[in-house]
Amino acid sequence: MNCNETTKKYYRANKLPHIWCPGCGHGTLTNTIVRAVDKLGLNKDEVVIVSGIGCSSRAPGYLDFNTLHTTHGRALAFATGIKFANPKLHVIVIMGDGDSSAIGGNHLIHASRRNIDITAVVFNNNIYGMTGGQFSPTTPFGDLATTTPYGNIDKSFNLCSLAQGAGATYVGRGTAYHAPLMQKLIENGIQNKGFSFIEGLSLCPTYYGRRNKKGSAFKMHTFLKENCVDKKVVDKDPEKGKNKIIIGEFYNNPQPEYTESYQVIIDKLQG
Amino acid sequence: MADERILLQNIPWCKGCGVCVGFCPTKVLEIKDNKCFIANRDKCILCGQCELRCPDNAIWIGGKK
Amino acid sequence: MNKEGYKLVQGNEACVEGALAAGMRFFAGYPITPSTEIAEISAEKLPALGGRFIQMEDELASMAAIIGGSLAGKKTMTATSGPGFSLMQENIGYAAITEIPCVVVNVQRGGPSTGLPTSPAQGEVMQAKWGTHGDHPAIALTPNSVQETFEYTVKAFNLAEKYRTPVIFLMDETVGHMREKMAFKDASEIEIIDRKKPTCKPEDYVAYRPDEDMIPPMAPFGEGYRYHVSGLTHDETGFPTNNNEISEKLVRRLVDKVDKNIDDFSYYEEYKLEDAEIVIIAYGGVSRSAKSAVDDLRKQNIKAGLFRPITIWPFLEKQVNKVSLNAKEIYVAEMNLGQYVLEVERIACKNCTVKSINKVNGELITPEEIVKAIGGNK
Repeated sequence: MNCNETTKKYYRANKLPHIWCPGCGHGTLTNTIVRAVDKLGLNKDEVVIVSGIGCSSRAPGYLDFNTLHTTHGRALAFATGIKFANPKLHVIVIMGDGDSSAIGGNHLIHASRRNIDITAVVFNNNIYGMTGGQFSPTTPFGDLATTTPYGNIDKSFNLCSLAQGAGATYVGRGTAYHAPLMQKLIENGIQNKGFSFIEGLSLCPTYYGRRNKKGSAFKMHTFLKENCVDKKVVDKDPEKGKNKIIIGEFYNNPQPEYTESYQVIIDKLQG
Repeated sequence: MADERILLQNIPWCKGCGVCVGFCPTKVLEIKDNKCFIANRDKCILCGQCELRCPDNAIWIGGKK
Repeated sequence: MNKEGYKLVQGNEACVEGALAAGMRFFAGYPITPSTEIAEISAEKLPALGGRFIQMEDELASMAAIIGGSLAGKKTMTATSGPGFSLMQENIGYAAITEIPCVVVNVQRGGPSTGLPTSPAQGEVMQAKWGTHGDHPAIALTPNSVQETFEYTVKAFNLAEKYRTPVIFLMDETVGHMREKMAFKDASEIEIIDRKKPTCKPEDYVAYRPDEDMIPPMAPFGEGYRYHVSGLTHDETGFPTNNNEISEKLVRRLVDKVDKNIDDFSYYEEYKLEDAEIVIIAYGGVSRSAKSAVDDLRKQNIKAGLFRPITIWPFLEKQVNKVSLNAKEIYVAEMNLGQYVLEVERIACKNCTVKSINKVNGELITPEEIVKAIGGNK
């Protein structure tokens, strides 16, 4: 299916073009979710897309599924309610970096710990874009933002390590440039019966890029192309991972899933 | 049999970010009036880089019909 | 349970029994005194009924989870106390603007902040209406006995379902931890209201287009009605809009669908009001002391009566105004420094004086204190 066909089938085309700035990576990442859903042949009526607040969180509005645009940081908590109330639904959560790891950090670690069958996709653009370019928990050390006018002295989160450490059973990182990898990780994440965490490195040419002199959207894509190395490569030759961003599948270790464990209790009590 | 596919656009959705222009290996595309413009259609090798990279679903390889 | 069908039950337990009777099949919560028994009993009872209990990581998440659960088609509830109620406020507003039914129980304790965790108070009367930002509908019910806790928890669910709005069930520690006899009602004796679902085809469904009763039918996620839900101000399709006219219309409809139907759920008790010159207004735990005070005052030939709102929001303007017409003095007794009294002052007839009896030391206001404040002999 070409992009126009997937757009017709899975987008609310009358809502397009989307609000994102020219060159924003979020459009490309949204397409990777759509293609993953298409590849797996999921029934649109059984797919729920939940988001919080921020640039990334506008994505569900453009998609023709059951879509829920919630409050800042709380997407996973809403999604937990949906999934737990009706476990047959496929629940995909789209969050931003600040959304998932600053205001929503607590929900991220606990959704990971519960291993509830939700696929969380973070569009990480290293900045708060919707509010005009403040630093986020993933803004690199030293970088500029409107609230780090003298350089960022906060250390940045490694979101994948955070989720894995907290108990997510499928973890991977793709990028807007590495769209086919991103799509594959999301497919695997949806198929994992448990909490899956997929970080998608996005790009914000407007706020993050301009202030930090990263050049055009194309240049920012090129940066991702040249500075990301797949974990499989690094596993064979650690030298190749030096000063690079590691992408790929990091963790795939299925464990008992939350709603299934609860169903065991229900079944036992109902005899 | 000749390839029945062709490069297509939805120009109102294009924001002129230039990502497709940058990735096109045969310089088919240009930015004109803040929109992507198919300047050299005959050079297009239907590689689909533009379609894969476009964040706005505004360009794709489709059927000629 | 004894032969007559009565059982000795705690207020918090009655709340769960009422919720289950109303059809609650999903509870999300976070432990906090003095509401914790509601979570504990829900955890014990729900799975046997095919329902689900989840302990979330905090109250923000609990509130979010019950909204999600409701959107997926379940009747949902959470229970908390002061500090947790504060944390839930943002998502209570979300439930209000997205019109997702749910019940939020707040067993009030002494505040502010951590305050007096094991002591009764009524400090969240105003918060139950104005806690979340922006104009929004507010329904809050406040019971004063174990039996009433059961019955009005059912009503709280019915109102949430009927009006598609979060309903605050405002208990206090006195009622939550009190043990009294309670009659278990047969399911056939209980009126249960379920949310209105769309009857049209999915392609014709306009998620936020209200019927004549101002309430849009609600489709659960997963049944073929794919639509968008957003906390942004939205049009009838559910999609965000900045249109001034549509924004105004939405906020007014949200408030009106509740306020204009107040006659449908004006719950209150009147006690010896017929000839009362002195009217005590009290609710929740304090109303029990107030009732006793009325009897004591009557013995002293003071014509006292009690007006007890059970529907605490929207404010019972009509009833309170009527009561004030024949009263010389109104005393509002509450375990806060004067919250409900502000509304009474606003609405009472100008010929009657409105006074406040307040206490915030963590103890219930006693009948003697009320009698004394009114000028009777203790």
